[in-house]
Amino acid sequence: MTVGLAHYLFVSAVLFSLGVVGVMVRRNAIIIFMSIELMLNAVNLTFVAFGRFLHTLDGQLFVFFVMVVAAAEAVVGLAIIISVFRLRESVDVD
Amino acid sequence: MAAVAFYLVSAVAIACAALVIFQPNVVYSALFLIGSLLALAGLFLLLNAQFIAIVHIIVYVGAIMVLFLFVIMLLDLGRDPAGTEQLPYQRGLGIGLGVLFLAELALMVSFGGDLAGAPEGPLPAAFGYTEVLGRMLFTTYLFPFEATSILLFVAAIGAVVLGKRRG
Repeated sequence: MTVGLAHYLFVSAVLFSLGVVGVMVRRNAIIIFMSIELMLNAVNLTFVAFGRFLHTLDGQLFVFFVMVVAAAEAVVGLAIIISVFRLRESVDVD
Repeated sequence: MAAVAFYLVSAVAIACAALVIFQPNVVYSALFLIGSLLALAGLFLLLNAQFIAIVHIIVYVGAIMVLFLFVIMLLDLGRDPAGTEQLPYQRGLGIGLGVLFLAELALMVSFGGDLAGAPEGPLPAAFGYTEVLGRMLFTTYLFPFEATSILLFVAAIGAVVLGKRRG
């Protein structure tokens, strides 16, 4: 049996939903951050899968840019978490 | 053969992603996220995105996750005290809504059918090679590429400003 576009999209949907559940269920700011990374990666997978099945490389270049934005977001977000921790001695979002 | 690899790698990716969320120790969560990202790199390889797969490993596993682990250990956040939820039913409600969301997405994927205008036949030669990607990056996508460098510059300055101790 051959693996088609729908298979990849389904895997991506599962990963994205797990990220959503992580953001809703956990209260630790670092875990919420990791869940956001998970969602970004699920979207990257759809980009690459669509690009592969449309025979175009634009999807892969978009993934490249998403990675850069994710790196910038992680750096700034972790700096914010560190300053929140200095202020409140905890990273709970409640 | 490719189908077996696909199912194996996606199972690893999904299992690790689930463990990231439903697992009390924050350090283990970060390690499971690394596993999930490595499995995702395998999926990229299966999709003929060799360059993206390697860059994904270098950037995510090599840089971002190391940064996460560094912050976790710097702030000594090893353990997330469980069972102190302040909102009642937060866990059940979150999981229920997540399952509903997944059902919607799966419904959309299953109704989507075939991709309109998808070309037939084998992939063009050199699909996903670094040379082709680099050429596109410096011609068609030159402006976003330069904007990206400014974004990284601003992010680095912002992190330094935020991280600086108030004196």
